[in-house]
Amino acid sequence: MIAFILRRLLQSTLVMLAVALVSFGLFRYIGDPIHNMVGQEATLAEREALRERLGLNDAVPVQFARFVGNALRGEFGISYRMQRPVADVIAERLPATLELALISGTAALVLGIALGVYTALRREGWLSHLIMSASLIGVSLPTFLIGILLIYVFAVELKMLPAFGRGEVVQLGGWSTGLLTASGVKSLILPSITLGLYQLTLIMRLVRAEMLEVLRTDYIKFARARGLSDRAVHFRHALKNTLLPVITIAGLQIGSIIAFAIITETVFQWPGVGLLFITAIQFVDIPVMAAYLVLIALIFVVINLIVDLLYFAVDPRLRAQRPGRGH
Amino acid sequence: MKMTRIAAALTLSSSMLFAGLAGAETLRWSSAGDSLTLDPHSQNEGPTHVMSHQIYDSLVFRDQSMKLQPRLATAWRVTDDPAVWEFKLRQGVSFHNGNPFNADDVVFSILRAKHENADMKGLLTTVVDVVKVDDYTVHMRTNGPNPLLPNNLTNLFMMDKEWSEANKVTVPQNFKAGEETFAVRNANGTGPFKLVSREPDVRTELVRNDSYWGKGSYPMEVSRIVFTPIKSAATRVAALLSGELDFLLDPPVQDLERLSSAKGLVVREGPENRTIFLGMQQALPELRTSDIKGKNPFADKRVRQALNIAINRDAIKRVVMRGQAVPAGIILPPFVDGYTKALDQVTPPDLARAKALLAEAGYPNGFSVTLSCPNDRYVNDEAICQAVTGMFGQIGVKVRLDARSKSIHFAELPKGELDFYMLGWGVPTMDSHYVFHYLVETKSDKGGAWNATGYSNADIDALIAAMTQETDAAKRAAMVAKVWNTVQDEVLYLPLHHQMLNWAMKDNIDFPVQSENYPYFKLLKYKK
Repeated sequence: MIAFILRRLLQSTLVMLAVALVSFGLFRYIGDPIHNMVGQEATLAEREALRERLGLNDAVPVQFARFVGNALRGEFGISYRMQRPVADVIAERLPATLELALISGTAALVLGIALGVYTALRREGWLSHLIMSASLIGVSLPTFLIGILLIYVFAVELKMLPAFGRGEVVQLGGWSTGLLTASGVKSLILPSITLGLYQLTLIMRLVRAEMLEVLRTDYIKFARARGLSDRAVHFRHALKNTLLPVITIAGLQIGSIIAFAIITETVFQWPGVGLLFITAIQFVDIPVMAAYLVLIALIFVVINLIVDLLYFAVDPRLRAQRPGRGH
Repeated sequence: MKMTRIAAALTLSSSMLFAGLAGAETLRWSSAGDSLTLDPHSQNEGPTHVMSHQIYDSLVFRDQSMKLQPRLATAWRVTDDPAVWEFKLRQGVSFHNGNPFNADDVVFSILRAKHENADMKGLLTTVVDVVKVDDYTVHMRTNGPNPLLPNNLTNLFMMDKEWSEANKVTVPQNFKAGEETFAVRNANGTGPFKLVSREPDVRTELVRNDSYWGKGSYPMEVSRIVFTPIKSAATRVAALLSGELDFLLDPPVQDLERLSSAKGLVVREGPENRTIFLGMQQALPELRTSDIKGKNPFADKRVRQALNIAINRDAIKRVVMRGQAVPAGIILPPFVDGYTKALDQVTPPDLARAKALLAEAGYPNGFSVTLSCPNDRYVNDEAICQAVTGMFGQIGVKVRLDARSKSIHFAELPKGELDFYMLGWGVPTMDSHYVFHYLVETKSDKGGAWNATGYSNADIDALIAAMTQETDAAKRAAMVAKVWNTVQDEVLYLPLHHQMLNWAMKDNIDFPVQSENYPYFKLLKYKK
């Protein structure tokens, strides 16, 4: 068990280093940060001096080593654009993204399972057909288009919900939350739907397919033969066995919800880390971009690690497997 | 006793009168980008200056008709020594924290803006010394006569010396130091609005400075400003349409019709201080991206003339810019000193003559070249380049278009790495010399920073240098005209158009466009 965790941790470290190296390599093609940092009046000599001050003239391996060394100490330098420490800026923006991801992820999971079960049980009902056709929208329409459509309908035409921003937020220690004010909750609705729609339809279709599969198995037939009620058969026996793959997929999707938030955050001007990243790209704010990519990689690596450990805990077959024994 | 009471009553009623004029109006506005920093000397950039202009005051500023107006300086003149300017300062002005404003603050601010870390130093290169004469008089010495010094001071904001010392911000942010300075998110100006709160990229809130020195002379009708930058153009427009915003600084061109036909909204327009043009590398023996080897087609004036008359500027205005541009014959915005209608005469397209000129120059079958354009800097920049690519194709010049992000384009351009490029130029000093110094002068350490054409003319360089020190207005105007005539005659650049500015707002707001794109919210009025 310990050896397994250590091996996993070592692999994770390698993945992190690889991500850092790849992102560092990409920055060289994004452009020159100097242009955005000085006005058009700056002379070539002044530009060169700033370049030197920022260490952009050093060899790439030197810059990379410096970056990794600082990152290990939690230092990501100072943002070229905002003139503030990157760690502070990200810590300020992270609550917005995590809150949005949490709300839309939870909604997608709950609604996805409920609708999946419903459509599996009432396979021929007209409502099931309607839900299944509607779910195609979630799978096929790009996120930004869904966001703009929602803004058009609910903000411009109906004037019910805000088109942008987070509304009023309340500071709880270092965490800013929009869940405690009316305008904050209203502002969460459209971005959550935009971000979670794809996950919702994915989970729904997965649950439906798994459920249909399980309902055909022998133990369900036995359960029915024992005279159990429909409710007990569907929810205690069928749904429980359906959920194993769903939990795996949902766990992995948490990472992508946070990463995909970039588009939703841009459309709704949601002040999270995704919007920070997009703005940083346009400005060639290398410290912010590097820190963001490392952070996202870290989230994925941690989630994967947890999922691996969960497998280990949940699936007895993995534990029983000893080297050299085979099946 | 009685007299005092009457005087007191008068003061009371007059203050009530002003209170009645200046109601409680909140202005919620947006644009794509936020101010980079509240430190007013750190960055020389539009959105940053827009915010600074609300909180801080400069010595002079340009009003909505682009005239130089007194602000913290009430009068300015050249002293008997032509290299020294004298500025008389406004009395009785105080900073938001209550500190009085005086000559010490001006000396401090000018020297701070000249610091190595300050991007604003570029506008003060001629200033060699700033001296306090008395509490309300300052002398600025330049390296030789500089008749245009006040033009360079419109975005130079006055900071409080005591406040800066107390908060350790006597020099602007140093990126290498790796820490945030106090002035990045805090401000103490003398301006019409005071900072209440600031979350960069999210929300900045200001309230009216009720003890502002200009309270009686400006409308000052806005009592609270809430600024929320919105990056996505569609969302920005939606927020204005849904009534969540009152004012939009940068409505996208494709949505102007929609906005002006929307109930309760109005779009105001005006000329912008920026001209868009194309530049050609004319000095290299051979272009890097052309199929012509051994010679440089752009070096031949007839080729440049042919390209110039191949461009249909009206079509670009109509189709690409949806009417929001003024076709240009010169790379100088109107209302800048040195501009004349005659110079701005647009050459109508003449394809037959263009082809004949090309054949005469020895390129009857045309040639190929790469045109480099930004795709996120100017209004419809990439679409303009696509349009001219087609127009040049009609006379046999095969243009390969390379549209890319501004951070790549503007890194390569001043290094002289481009053969054929798009550039836009605004003139913050309102004088032709600014254009000559950056775009016409021979590229060197001293000037020509953005002259990527390779053009070098010693006579012209001498004229450009001489005009900075010429105090006789008529002689100076003749020098400016002479340089322009040469630039036009040589077809040094291919002018395309002057950009237009559009501000969208609720229709109860009366706020004409300012050509530098600086909304001075103290000037905003509400229709009664």
